[in-house]
Parts: sequence; C-alpha cells; structure tokens
Amino acid sequence: MIEAENIEDQNGLRPDGRRALELRQIRVKMGVFGQADGSAYIEQGNTKILVTVYGPHQPRGSTGRNTSNISKGIVNCQYSMAVFSLSSGERKRKPRGDRKSQERSLQLKHAMEAIIHLEIYPRSQIDIYVEALQVDGSEYCASVNGATLALIDAGIPIKNYAIGCTVTLINNPSLEDEDNTLEKGVLDANYVEECTPGVTLSVVALPNNDSTSKDGLIVVAQGAGQRLHLSQFESLKARVLYGCQDIRSILDHAVREYLTEQSLPSLFHVALN
Amino acid sequence: MAETVLSSGEKIFILHGIDADFRNDGRRRCEYRSMEIETKLMPQTHGSARLHIGNTDILVGIKVELDVPHADKPNEGKLEFFVDCSATATPAFEGKGGDDLATEISNVLTAAYQTRNAFDLKTLCILPHKKCWKIYVDVLILQCGGNLFDAVGIAVKAALNSTEIPKITAATLDGGEPDIELSDDSYDCIQLDTSNYPIIITLCKIGDNYIVDPTLEEEMCSTSSIVMSMLPNGKISSVVKLGYGSIQFNTFTKMLQMGEIIGLRLNKTLMDVLKEENQFGRQRRIFGFLK
Repeated sequence: MIEAENIEDQNGLRPDGRRALELRQIRVKMGVFGQADGSAYIEQGNTKILVTVYGPHQPRGSTGRNTSNISKGIVNCQYSMAVFSLSSGERKRKPRGDRKSQERSLQLKHAMEAIIHLEIYPRSQIDIYVEALQVDGSEYCASVNGATLALIDAGIPIKNYAIGCTVTLINNPSLEDEDNTLEKGVLDANYVEECTPGVTLSVVALPNNDSTSKDGLIVVAQGAGQRLHLSQFESLKARVLYGCQDIRSILDHAVREYLTEQSLPSLFHVALN
Repeated sequence: MAETVLSSGEKIFILHGIDADFRNDGRRRCEYRSMEIETKLMPQTHGSARLHIGNTDILVGIKVELDVPHADKPNEGKLEFFVDCSATATPAFEGKGGDDLATEISNVLTAAYQTRNAFDLKTLCILPHKKCWKIYVDVLILQCGGNLFDAVGIAVKAALNSTEIPKITAATLDGGEPDIELSDDSYDCIQLDTSNYPIIITLCKIGDNYIVDPTLEEEMCSTSSIVMSMLPNGKISSVVKLGYGSIQFNTFTKMLQMGEIIGLRLNKTLMDVLKEENQFGRQRRIFGFLK
C-alpha cells in the first residue's frame, strides 16, 4: 500500500515536505474537561491524543490491593485507542486490552513514575487515562507529552517535563550517494514513515532547560522494526534529544501561556518568555 | 462523572426547585442546556460529530466498509452501533467498568434505528446476496455530565448526516464474482438521507414531575426515567424505562406526550443547525478540541 518511492529523497525533503529534523505542528489545549482533575489535548500533526488525570486519591481496584509499597504513590495508566482512530482506513476491533495498548500503558507508567514526586503521595493513587482519537505515527510519544501536560494541569508536582520523540532511520539504498541528511534518522515520524523498512526508536527523555550543560536523561526507549547497528545509535540519540529539546520548549511556552491566562489578575506580572 | 455524593438536604433542594419549575441552573423543566455540535472533524472517518452539552462530551466516528449481506436478508446492508465508555469520563469506567452502560446505550440505539421507517437498510445494498455497505457507528463517551442517551442520540444523527459514502460507478457480476468500481474522485460521494432518523429523548421523573436533560445531580435524585426514540414525523420507535422506580400508567402517557412535543422541536432545531453548518462547505475551519 505504501510505496518505497514515496520516501525517496526530494532535495532532502521528506514525503510531507519536512526536513529531517523538523517536527510536525504541535497544538496543545490544557484543561479541556471540567470534571477531571487535569486534562490535556495534544495534536502532533494528525496524531490527536486526549489525556485526563484523576487523583491523587485513595487506591482502589486491583492496584489498591497490592499494598507491598505504601511509602510511595501508585501511578495507574490506561492507554486506549478509539476504534475509529486508525488513519489507514480499517477499523479497530477493540479500543483497549490488546497487547499493544497494554504494552503502551506499562511504558507510559514507567515514564510517568520517573517524573512524579511519588514520595509525597504515600497511600494514594494517580490515574492517567490516554485516549488516542486519531493515530498517525509517534502516538506513544504524543501521549507521553499529553500526559505531562495533564499532570501539570492537575497540579501534581513533577520533576521535569517527560518528553517523547521518535527517530526513524530510513533504510533506503538509493540514498547513499546523494545528500544524506535523511539517512541519519528523521524526527517525529508520521504513519507512512513508520511503515517504511527501517527502525523507529521511541525515546522519552527529560531534557534540561539549557541545552549546553547536559543532554538530558533518557527514561524509556523502545525500538521497533529492523535491527539497528550500535554504531548508529549515538547519532540517533543526539538527534532525538535535539527533538525532545524542541518539543519541550513548545510545550513549556504553551503551559506558561495557559497558566498566565488562567491566573488571578494579581499574578499578571508573571511574564511570558 | 467524577464521584458526586448528594446529601438528603441537597436532594430536597433540587426536588423543590423542580416542583417550582425552576431548576438549579435556572432552566425550566422542559428546557435543554445549550449544546455545541461540530461535524466532520475527524478526517480519517467517513463521518464524525462531536457534541458538547453541559459537561457531557460525545465523539462519534463513522466508518463504512464493504461486506456480504446476511443470508436471510440478501437485500439489506448492515448498521452496527458500538459504544465505548472511555476511562477519561470517570475512573470507574477503567478496563471493563464501562461495558454495562455501553451495552445499554448501544441497545437503545439499535432499537431506535431498527424500524424501516427510520433507517432503510435496503439503501445500503449494492448487489443482492453479494455486496452491501456496512456502517459502523462508533460512539466514544469522553465526559459524562448527565443525559447521556439524548446526547448520544443527537451526536449519532449529526454524524450520520455528515457521512459520505464513496460513490459506486459500476457494480457487476463477473462470473458469479462481484466486481465493484468506486469513483476516482474522492469528493464524489453519496450522503445518507437523514430526514427520518430518530433522536432520543430522556424524561427523568423526579418527585411528581418529569424533566428533560437532567444534570448529573438531578439524575441522582431520580428513581426512574423513560428513554424514548422519536422519528421526525412524530412516531415513537422505541421506549425503554430505566431505573427501579415504577410509573403510573397515566403519568406514563403524559410523559410520552411531553416527550413528543420536545422531540419534534429538538429534531427541527438540530436539522436547521446541521443545514446551517453544511452551508459553510469544505472551507469551514475545524476547531475540534482546541477551542
């Protein structure tokens, strides 16, 4: 269905006209729902994700019974995809419960546990529910970004933004002798690019505020597709951290804007930067 | 539907308000909250609509597929409803928690659209015995602030109204095998004739009176409610009673009469609004959840 020629180099541009390190347009809305403790909606290109956060509240259900660790809060994540979310035309049979969503839920949980100050919420539970409304590549990363925003909206203290970004190495032998900027991996792949022969790495990092001091910490990395040679890993890592840095500054701007809008008039001196 | 617990004092306050025909938010008994509808907001579907009423938020996506007709109904297409209560509405819906409510809603929808006066499945047939369209109506409940049934009914009708089925240019039988050609122009589509599609009205009995469009708090004061689906011509295609309370026959008839009047008005308003939105054409800006 997807032809390899589509991916071919067009003066170093990708099929949708982006450069290798260019992200898709990110649009954000925080506080979409009134009833949840925190909620956020994020669009990365055509990938559209809704996240709501409930809590912290008393643990309940199966997670509550597991009282092995009461000194820390419990994070409970559920990733579900709307049955009409797939861009490729077919319809999904079940919104959740399949292996892919369960894996995503677990990885989302790992990422969120890394940023929430769980030690200040003993004996409590924080629920994070992700609903993918439209899926067009990089949906796990978009949901991590959305979950971070929802946590901020809920007022839950976090250590840093958890930022997800994918990097895709497009294996295309015809590219070798030409301008090979695409060869070293492209950021924020859409569905067409994810389906190409090659490897896609989804990375969740905690990028630092000033890019000069440190690269940032990688919390979750997940690869899909073909095998990846270790020698290429370093350059991919550098690229993906660059992407995370970019996304972070976009989200940070959106958060500051939202909080200034929502704040009391007495707080108006809080400047946007 | 964040957990709301009402004390008996609060319940009595709501009850007295309804007795006086002046509800907590200033509405009368037969008034709806204002609604927001947007259609065609999901480009990957054949038709979609989002409805926002009070705190209730519904998203409907419609996908159309080619299928083989049922052996006992060779001239008819298929229409399937699927409701998903997302955990974003309330943590209680997590996992399989929302399945009961989802089944209840999809059963009401199926009953509402089952009659031939409402939805003629024959229009979905392409080649008898061989090919037909199958319409999947997928309802996603994102927030739940009371009056789910009405909201779902309106959203489904709006979504079906926006549905565009690809046009078939040629359908022939080639040696017993169906051969179907779709139009090359993706804008060349057929729209469904929604003039007879039902909407759903819930009448919620609180105390001695009955109200439409209850909020979550009002729903908690009610012991029984009637969910009726009504065609635009005033015919009732299904009636379901919910809740454990019982209803006198006289009250029941009165409730149906009130539902009929409200249903006709609601339907007309909805169709007018959808027509108005349609006039903006394809250049209309899509807001989605960003507004």
